[in-house]
Amino acid sequence: MANANISSVPIGSEGPRARWKYLDNILGRSGPFTDPDWVPGETVIESLERAKLLVIGAGGLGCEILKNLALSGFKDIHVIDMDTIDVSNLNRQFLFRHADVGKYKAEVAAKFVEKRVKGVKITPYCGKIQDKDEEYYKQFAMIVCGLDSIEARRWINATLVGMVDENDEDSLKPLIDGGTEGFKGQARVILPTMTSCIECQLDMHAPRAAVPLCTLASIPRQPQHCIEWAHIIAWDEERKDITLDTDDPEHITWLFQKALKRAQEFNIEGVTYSMTQGVVKNIIPAIASTNAIVAASCCNEAFKIATSTNPFLGVPDTENYMMYTGDEGVYTYTFQHLRQPDCPVCGDDSRARPLQVNPNSTLQEFLDGLAERPEAQLKKPSIRSEEKSLYYQSPASLEEQTRPNLSKKLNELLENGEEVVISDPAFPTQFKYQLTFKE
Amino acid sequence: MADLPPPVQGPTAKEKKYDRQLRLWGATGQMALEDSHMLLINSGPGVVGIETLKNLVLPGMGNFTIQDSAIVSEADLGVNFFLEEEYIGGFRAEHTCNLLKELNPDVQGNFITEPIDSWLTQPDSLKPFTLILAIAPIRPELLARLSAHANATLIPLFYVHCVGFYSHFSVHLPSAYPIVDTHPDSETTADIRMLKPWPELLQFAKEKTSNMDTMEADDHGHIPYIAILLHHLEEWKKGHDGKVPQTYQEKTEFKTTISKAARTNNPEGGEENYDEAVAAALKSLKEPEPSSSVKEIFKVPECVLVNKESPSFWVIAHAIGLFYTKYGVLPVPGAVPDMKARSADYIQLQNVYKSKARKDVMEVLESVRFLERTTGRETVIEEKDVEQFCKNAAHIKLVRGRPFHVVQAGETIKWGERAKSIAQNLTFPDTLIPLYIAFLAFDEFVATHDKDRLSGAPKMPGETRQETDTEKVTGIAFKITDDLIKEAGTFIEEPDYTAVKERIGEFVQELVRAGGAELHNIASLTGGIVSQEIIKAITEQYIPVDNTCLFDGVKSKTEVIRI
Repeated sequence: MANANISSVPIGSEGPRARWKYLDNILGRSGPFTDPDWVPGETVIESLERAKLLVIGAGGLGCEILKNLALSGFKDIHVIDMDTIDVSNLNRQFLFRHADVGKYKAEVAAKFVEKRVKGVKITPYCGKIQDKDEEYYKQFAMIVCGLDSIEARRWINATLVGMVDENDEDSLKPLIDGGTEGFKGQARVILPTMTSCIECQLDMHAPRAAVPLCTLASIPRQPQHCIEWAHIIAWDEERKDITLDTDDPEHITWLFQKALKRAQEFNIEGVTYSMTQGVVKNIIPAIASTNAIVAASCCNEAFKIATSTNPFLGVPDTENYMMYTGDEGVYTYTFQHLRQPDCPVCGDDSRARPLQVNPNSTLQEFLDGLAERPEAQLKKPSIRSEEKSLYYQSPASLEEQTRPNLSKKLNELLENGEEVVISDPAFPTQFKYQLTFKE
Repeated sequence: MADLPPPVQGPTAKEKKYDRQLRLWGATGQMALEDSHMLLINSGPGVVGIETLKNLVLPGMGNFTIQDSAIVSEADLGVNFFLEEEYIGGFRAEHTCNLLKELNPDVQGNFITEPIDSWLTQPDSLKPFTLILAIAPIRPELLARLSAHANATLIPLFYVHCVGFYSHFSVHLPSAYPIVDTHPDSETTADIRMLKPWPELLQFAKEKTSNMDTMEADDHGHIPYIAILLHHLEEWKKGHDGKVPQTYQEKTEFKTTISKAARTNNPEGGEENYDEAVAAALKSLKEPEPSSSVKEIFKVPECVLVNKESPSFWVIAHAIGLFYTKYGVLPVPGAVPDMKARSADYIQLQNVYKSKARKDVMEVLESVRFLERTTGRETVIEEKDVEQFCKNAAHIKLVRGRPFHVVQAGETIKWGERAKSIAQNLTFPDTLIPLYIAFLAFDEFVATHDKDRLSGAPKMPGETRQETDTEKVTGIAFKITDDLIKEAGTFIEEPDYTAVKERIGEFVQELVRAGGAELHNIASLTGGIVSQEIIKAITEQYIPVDNTCLFDGVKSKTEVIRI
């Protein structure tokens, strides 16, 4: 290794550390907030260079995170991303050029940063985080996430919580997570099982309320209703043999024209191609500036955790969450998000969460509702009671067998106060609810 | 209704590339960005300015120029992403400029390697620029020159520090900096005027509620909630001398009345439109009164005394002020929230609001035209600008930009009218005002220390002697604090005074620890915030920082203070 004989080189001099002159001011000097027992210098540099980090996502946040970690002195970085580069990424994903469109993000990003920052090794994996097992995640000191999907966050969170072994200090992997929308964003640090986890914080990211199907089908009022109608109803009726690809311009154009026609029938104004794309792909506005803020905040915490050069977010019983708002002046709210004792992922308490339900609603309605519940957000739930299997998404035979239950009312299937267990293929955890009937 | 235009081709290449940002600031914001030319005066390790530029080149700022006379050293490679090994010994301005240009072929980049002292003294050197970003350390006489330029030409000037785990920026905006398109939260923008209905709206409500009691269930469940609210308001007035609910008790009673009017003898056990009416009941009983900050705008001299040269904002604001004086409300914005309703009813309701909004716009426009004539204004204000202004009238904002501190060696820092409030806030345990004072002390140190006489580059505290410099800067910071307290004519009692000094001491210690170094993460984060602010200043959208922002990377917190 290039830095094996670091200890023989005085900090800040010419030689191998000349490049890190600025960083070494911080690594080599104590400050007013460093621990009195902390010894600046060689050992700190060593632990920084030894730390193996995993970055999940090589998009808007990921590009920034890779650059930041490399220039924070980390040497061994892995990155996972399954996506390829699209032209609409180029306004912020600065490691990609026009000629890279269509290539894997993780590969292009890794190569670029390795070329710019000499001495850093970046190992890309072009695929899904779910392809990897605990053995894989065990090798890292920390995981930094720059994702746009709640599902992926929940999966890695549950996996890391599940990996914690009380008798093995190394099994606890700090998870640092960033997210943005427009001029707003957040950065948070999670010490699995010790501090509030992604699942505990799910209510911070409540899903938008879905428009009822009957509005789309019979009484549209907004241009978005017409687009959703084309997307959910018209496509299935007229093109059910073609799989909808929201990246295919022909498909978007078809939906746009369908939506436009419907809007004209109802005298609704405002359907545009851009809006069609936005609704169908659930596009969240994104800019380089906000990515820079959130990614750097995440990497600042990673750096502090790896080096102890200053206190970090996420120390148990202190602040672990920074919310940033930039559309009205600049405002940050940095606070401690508390662990939820009944968290289905990290809670010690495995009792079921109480939930009031309408006994007259059908099982189907109940399951649809779970997708919108901020603390559940389950898209493909399977459900069983203490007594029986109520509905299973797979295997196909069981699905067929349990399908009739979907149209039955809850009070036909369950006793008042009965517990149900809900699972979803997207998550390694189960959700337990105790259902009590509303009067 | 006339046929809509035939579907256009898909988006252009440019719209595709900028799709994610056009959804924020739109085509007009993008045009403003493309017309801008920013000057970066780079200094120190020089990272924060380059990181700021990265976030502006990517979205397509038209033009940028980097002034920087530094030579690329090995140390640059450990902190600046836009440099490579082969450029060691070359000009930092040139190579950062070239690598930034790679990010976006639509952007023009230029560089100036001449030292700032001589370059800035040339006449018209600042003329091409629409915005200036100056990075500390910079000599006070140069910063003062930039400040005077910003004052004279009304272009925004940003001044940024980025040292170790801390950063700061101040912005000097024009003294009258108005914003129409503030992008308010969509939840705060609904303005349905239940207490100030106009005849067409009352007629609509009457029509939709005329035979409520005998309606089929499905019809009853689809009465738009606005009609329900108006119907019950009229009923209430009949029993209360023509008055709407006044007290909290009456308002609650009104809400209960609506809630009781919902039909419950159906499978759902209620009606969604009635739920919506109940939810909106209390809010709809509030007078549609503009906020005090908007009313304030109508009273400022720029608005009252419109002349030939007045920017269009003030002409329109004056006209809307007249409208407000006449009717006691702002023009109707025209948007109707989505609600449970049949398509045709909803569209009809939407048209009632749209027509009224249109009528109000025409009235304001008439005043605008009158003002144009009487003041002899040469350029005609576009109708669409008046329309946009009327739509956002409740959310317009006026920022009073002002110069920030330029620390001159040996001179006492003046806080003016801000002294009292800042001195008061100084004792709050979580405030970052002590960090601001530490940065002022940092500047005073820079103003009085040279690296060597030949290069003339300023020296930053802690570069070589951490302890002695900490002592020096702490001493300066304490003096600034005492001067501030004195100027405020106040007194901080013990133990608060000691606590304030302790906190200042800690900030200074951490600042000097860095020895003028930038940490890439803090530079990148600060570059992100500053670039957001620059985008706001250029597009004249959203609400800018007024006028100083501090970031503490130890605690991951920001604070905005008005200096």
